[in-house]
Amino acid sequence: MQSKRKRVKIGREKLQRIIETCKSVEERSLDPFLIDVDEIISVIKEYFPEWNLPEDLCLDAETIHRLASVIKLQSEWVKHRSTSLYTDPFLLEEKLIRIEKEEILGVFLKAWHPIVELEQISLHSLAGAIRYWEGLLPLKERWKEFPQAEFETSLATREELIKQRILLDKAFSEELENFWQELKKRVKEKGENGKIRYWDFIGAETYEKTVHRAFMTSFLVTYGYATLEIYPLEEELFIKPYEKPITNIGKKQLVSIPIAVTAEDWLRWKRGELE
Amino acid sequence: MEKRRTRVGSRKAYYASKIKRATHLLFYRRHRKPGVKGWELRKALGSDYPKVLKILDNYLKALDLQVKTIFEGEKPVEKPTSEQLDKARFYVTLRGELTPKENKMIGWRIDDLAGLAITIAYIISKKGKAPRKEVEELLRDKLPGWKVSLNIDRYIRYGYLTQDENEQLYLDWRTRAEVDQKALIDLLLSAET
Repeated sequence: MQSKRKRVKIGREKLQRIIETCKSVEERSLDPFLIDVDEIISVIKEYFPEWNLPEDLCLDAETIHRLASVIKLQSEWVKHRSTSLYTDPFLLEEKLIRIEKEEILGVFLKAWHPIVELEQISLHSLAGAIRYWEGLLPLKERWKEFPQAEFETSLATREELIKQRILLDKAFSEELENFWQELKKRVKEKGENGKIRYWDFIGAETYEKTVHRAFMTSFLVTYGYATLEIYPLEEELFIKPYEKPITNIGKKQLVSIPIAVTAEDWLRWKRGELE
Repeated sequence: MEKRRTRVGSRKAYYASKIKRATHLLFYRRHRKPGVKGWELRKALGSDYPKVLKILDNYLKALDLQVKTIFEGEKPVEKPTSEQLDKARFYVTLRGELTPKENKMIGWRIDDLAGLAITIAYIISKKGKAPRKEVEELLRDKLPGWKVSLNIDRYIRYGYLTQDENEQLYLDWRTRAEVDQKALIDLLLSAET
């Protein structure tokens, strides 16, 4: 006695095979009577009580659909065989293989009645074409209906670009240079050993300004104006400006250091808890 | 008596002018495909255009030409309705046969025409649909390999065949208009090989 699961599996495989066979009959113009409809129906009936899942019911429906297509083909096949056009394809194929070129040509010419068609200009159509040409308005008049939008070009001012947020108030490189000078000044004033605590440099009056300064600092490091010194055990982070920007920084393997600048950190810095 | 003669004369003149118009429409190509749709003829010739075409067909008999009607769908219609006629396409075709020498005059090489005949016959034998690969294999037996695919493309371009996305070949509008499929198969089967 087969288990229920095994029986379902076998049923699915059988339906799948039936679908494939029906498909190949349809697609490859095979004899549709190769399919034993009664046998397939008995298989479908046999396994129908096993189907509970929607996928299995869909498979069952597809099998019936494919079988219906084959039955339709069988009906067409019978109709075709009963017409006067029917000839045994094997007999005809045999003939086609054995027949000589000249002979098939002779046969074809007896059954071929080519269409008579002329592609010649007539005096009437020429006269019509001339009349059309004479009545045709020049392009500049016809295209008046679709006026093209006119665009004026002129130089944009720096103020306009700043207004459209294409440029910042200051050029970025200029801003970065100033920021670097500020870092060097702050290191001289408040720093030790040519460096300053990261938060002491980026920290500002408001959180927004602090974030902006952290953003600018990241560019100072990336573009070789400064470097970061990280002491993970002490959880200390310093920024150290270079005297001159390092230009070969792109040639070295760069590492990304994520530094969180949260509002909580900023508040702690304000309260002096970060030192 | 005189009155009757005048009436007959004016009817003759009426149909003579209609026949001229129909000849222009049918012989000169107006669209990408040759032939004229029934509704176009009705518009140009009036609702009695089937009668005009019948008279024209009689005229053309002497010239070995005929007016051929191809209905929508694959099968010919015995007693067409006016709606079926409106949707049908009308052509002027050769009524009789061409001799083997004449085929050169209409721009076909013997190889290409024989290949077309084989292809059409094979597709008919396969109930109007055959895989392109099978047709190519059949043609390769008698035609150089490089020519086979080019020829099939040419038959498709001319409208003798059409091809679907699965590379299945079918007979197209020009075969239906120009080839007497039953005669072709009968002649082929009775040919002595």
